[in-house]
Amino acid sequence: MSTAVIGHGSIYAGGLRSWLTTVDHKRIGVLYALTALFYLVVGGIEALVIRLQLAQAEAGIVGPDTFNQLFTMHGTTMVFLVLMPLAAAMFNFLIPLQIGARDVAFPRLNAFSYWTFLFGGLLLNASFLFGQAPDAGWFGYANLTSKQYSPGMGIDFWLLSLQVLGIASIASAVNFTTTILNMRAPGMSLMRMPLFTWMSFVTQVLMLLAFPAVTVGLIFLMFDRFFGTHFYMPSAGGTPILWQHLFWIFGHPEVYILILPSFGIVSDVLPTFARKPLFGRPFVIFSGIAIGFLGFGVWSHHMFATGMGPVADSAFSIGTFLIAIPTGVKIFNWIGTLWGGHIVFKTPLLFAVGMVALFIIGGLSGIMHGSPPIDIQQHDTYFVVAHLHYVFFGGTLFGLFAGIHYWWPKVTGRMLGEGLGKLSFWIMFIGMNLTFFPMHFLGLDGMPRRIYTYAADSGWETWNQVETIGAFVIAVAVLVFFVNAVRSLRAGEPASDDPWDAATLEWTMSSPPPEYNFARIPAVNSARPFWLHKYGPTRDTSTHVQDEGTPAQSPEPGERIDLPSPSFWPLIASLGLASAAAGALVGLWAVLLGVAVLVIGVFAWALQPLERPGHPIFGEGGR
Amino acid sequence: MGLAGCGLSDDATIRPISDFGRQTQALYETVFWWTLGIFVVVELLLVFALWRYRRRVNDPEVPEQIHGHTWLEIGWTLAPAVILLAIAIPTMSTIFRQQAPPPIDALQVTAVGHQWWWEFIYPDLGFTTANEIHVPRGRTVNLTLTSGDVIHSFWVPRLGGKRDLNPGSENTIVFTADSVGVFEGQCAEFCGTSHANMRMKLFVDEPSDFEAWANLQARPARPDSAGYQTFLASGCAACHAIDGTPAQGKVGPNLTHFGSRSTFASGLLPNEREPLAGWLRNPDSVKPGALMPDLNLSEARLSSLLRLLEGLR
Amino acid sequence: MTTDVHATSFGLPHRKLAMWVFIGSECMFFGSLIATYLAYEDRSLVGPTPAEILNIPLTSVSTFVLLMSSLAMVLFLDGVQRNARTTAVAWNAAVIGLGGLFLAGQAYEFRHFYHEGLTLQQNLFGATFFVLTGFHGAHVTVGVIWMTALLVLQVLGRLGPERSLDVEVAGLYWHFVDVVWIVIFTLVYLIQ
Repeated sequence: MSTAVIGHGSIYAGGLRSWLTTVDHKRIGVLYALTALFYLVVGGIEALVIRLQLAQAEAGIVGPDTFNQLFTMHGTTMVFLVLMPLAAAMFNFLIPLQIGARDVAFPRLNAFSYWTFLFGGLLLNASFLFGQAPDAGWFGYANLTSKQYSPGMGIDFWLLSLQVLGIASIASAVNFTTTILNMRAPGMSLMRMPLFTWMSFVTQVLMLLAFPAVTVGLIFLMFDRFFGTHFYMPSAGGTPILWQHLFWIFGHPEVYILILPSFGIVSDVLPTFARKPLFGRPFVIFSGIAIGFLGFGVWSHHMFATGMGPVADSAFSIGTFLIAIPTGVKIFNWIGTLWGGHIVFKTPLLFAVGMVALFIIGGLSGIMHGSPPIDIQQHDTYFVVAHLHYVFFGGTLFGLFAGIHYWWPKVTGRMLGEGLGKLSFWIMFIGMNLTFFPMHFLGLDGMPRRIYTYAADSGWETWNQVETIGAFVIAVAVLVFFVNAVRSLRAGEPASDDPWDAATLEWTMSSPPPEYNFARIPAVNSARPFWLHKYGPTRDTSTHVQDEGTPAQSPEPGERIDLPSPSFWPLIASLGLASAAAGALVGLWAVLLGVAVLVIGVFAWALQPLERPGHPIFGEGGR
Repeated sequence: MGLAGCGLSDDATIRPISDFGRQTQALYETVFWWTLGIFVVVELLLVFALWRYRRRVNDPEVPEQIHGHTWLEIGWTLAPAVILLAIAIPTMSTIFRQQAPPPIDALQVTAVGHQWWWEFIYPDLGFTTANEIHVPRGRTVNLTLTSGDVIHSFWVPRLGGKRDLNPGSENTIVFTADSVGVFEGQCAEFCGTSHANMRMKLFVDEPSDFEAWANLQARPARPDSAGYQTFLASGCAACHAIDGTPAQGKVGPNLTHFGSRSTFASGLLPNEREPLAGWLRNPDSVKPGALMPDLNLSEARLSSLLRLLEGLR
Repeated sequence: MTTDVHATSFGLPHRKLAMWVFIGSECMFFGSLIATYLAYEDRSLVGPTPAEILNIPLTSVSTFVLLMSSLAMVLFLDGVQRNARTTAVAWNAAVIGLGGLFLAGQAYEFRHFYHEGLTLQQNLFGATFFVLTGFHGAHVTVGVIWMTALLVLQVLGRLGPERSLDVEVAGLYWHFVDVVWIVIFTLVYLIQ
């Protein structure tokens, strides 16, 4: 069968217009993924230049102004334009499929979120065109970010694009929270949801509650820079520490926003390849909820060096230690899932196991940071750079790669090559450890963060050289992945509905799914509906529960299905919003023009019916 | 601790020279062994499970479909909690010990952070210096920290942990250094273009040596008169102070006993003629973004200033 | 159908659930603004101070106006649900009028403060006060625009009982904005 991935009859077929107006969650997921993978390369190149500069003491590859822009953009890009949208790609494609729905609750809002994210990313990177990328770090501490100490446009680009990106995230969070609560198939209680959906649900709630804090912080920064207020200025009685509080009240839940989807992916992947259920399922779910909840109480563990006093230091330290407990519970349950299984060593499993192994290291260095007296040695050193890369790269990104390799057949209808997949895993695993493990030593040795160079007699050069080599090894791994991806799309082995013999609903339909997802909305009566359909009900001696299967699907819809119709208005509204933000750099008239387009877009959108005649109808009377 | 094996240098954090640093080091060693133990046990379990339970040819279609084990769950919730308690209790006591108020007879030093240099004021001893801080061995120091512009962070790795210098408020580090020597330090909070260049040195002196140094610093300067005239004519007094003369600029480092320092430009260069000449000719080439302008000095003025600076001992 | 009310697993229609979820997020937004106002309450280095400049009687009247607008909102929804078109239009107009009156009062207050020397830039009180109440006012403005759109739909005869959910969701937003004002009025004006 030579059905090309985007050939005639494919759900991805259609010209530019069909993509610009799409409101289909599967297409939007693909758009997020492609954009995020593009920014992975951009952020990765930024990292490689940083590593080239640091490979030698007192090097002159780039000067401090360029270097400071590079590390700022690397961090901002990886967090907001790579890790979050890759997770969003999976929320989009998979959540409706995993819960037995045909789309998300608000398809046009979904499209709006994507376009707003894209325009926010473009606005941030447009700063390079002006030679003024932001240069005060991804965390942008006041009062370095004030007009006085950062007179150029870099910080303005930064704060405006972050506001735009924040709106995209909040809109998405409202959408997916409603979808998960409201659109589950009959019989799918919350406790029967797949773990990826569950952890993504906690993530949405965190986004809703965390982003407003940084929105307010950025508003104050904007007012200080544009309108002459003194929110962060000691000269008027303000304090730059206000920024730190607002930023980290967002920033700490943000790191759980970044890791929880990967925890969810691993919790779905490990049972599939161990061929037995997730061990301690309710405990894994509740520990995810606990992590989300506790994550709001620890933000000042990023501020142990600011002099908050012993009581505050102690309180935030205890909270930080507490979070280690549910995190440990998850790790032990993952090991318990593998234990006693018949483990199949395919690429998704390798990445999932790699995630667990590497996250353990990042989590342990995190415990060290949780103790203020220890932290004030490690804070703002390469020890923290090691920690954050073990959790964001080893944790989040390895988890996302597990998801990419796991769900690739479902999304594209093709298999990725196992040989290239395993090769990319091992190269990435080796490269990652080569790059980031020595950073622990450099931190202990006194090397601070965010320095564009270091003294020749510091003794730091050797490890820095090793790390630079490691960074290029990582680049090779990413290249191997892209080769694998392109080969798969061109001529990969066609994928069956269920290539991994998995347990959840997304595997009950064709790869890729039909446009309407489910021919009939299934009735669900277990947490592993598809597994039990294939292998029959089991009586589990540990819980004495009789699990039942879920009836099979018929491939053709029995009833009429109307799908949401494509629409230009989300794109227009998003364009208006982004133009208004960019317009702040130009003048009031530009802002007002953008707002006008936004308002027109929103009104037209609200008045346009969701489903309109002429759009393909499935089932009786249609195809 | 396998110093050499990890490639750690003389100025590593794990070789503290003060009570403040030793308290942290003791806690770090405790936590390090716990985390190393947890790492070994958990990773071994993971690797063992992968090896032992890999799918074999004769395996039945599905393994036993175990859902969980409540006692295990309780166990691996409580055990980490107990370990964390073993980490939390010494943490709390160290926090309060490190942040206890200083004794009344502590030596008062104030550090003011600037982009990109360190101002050190000794209020009771009556002088101000820059970039090199001296303290006597065995006497408690109450180091007050603040900033004149953006947030910086005072960090001498061998002294102990870092504390931020915040504009508009004050922090303190109370410490007693116990080993004589010279120790490297650096700003540890990103503060702009030359954050990487904002270095300093901590000198721990025998009490008698410290007293000698302090007496020297408290004396007004006797600058070379021709050099001083060049200094005024070049506009240096707008930013720099030389105590004992009318020059009292507060923007840049106090130069009263500049000649007695081992380095300059916040620890970047040795205090010798050639590097000094290079700096005076073009500060930005040494420290990008430096607020000291290029004065377009003629060679005559340059030699005059060099003679002045060398004489400010 | 994706918008079929009967199919929702949580029991609420999508739009209503979404509005509640959004309100949760907005609580954090206003909470951050209010927390900053309170944290900076005694830190202004120069005047004017709240005690010198805030006009409690006048603001109490505008608070009452906003509260009455919420009552009008309830009656507007009721009119739509009962298909009592004239009543509904009247109460819809009342929401707009009362909301507009609140905004006019705020505009007057801002102008007056400006002339008394309290600007955004003057001190921390000016900055935190204007940003907090300004963003609240912006939310009221969005609400008034929304209500006006609903009024136009009503006049065109396109807002019958079958679309009462749209009015209910707008009402949720309106009531939330009112509750935020109660909190602001209490913490900024009454408790100084």
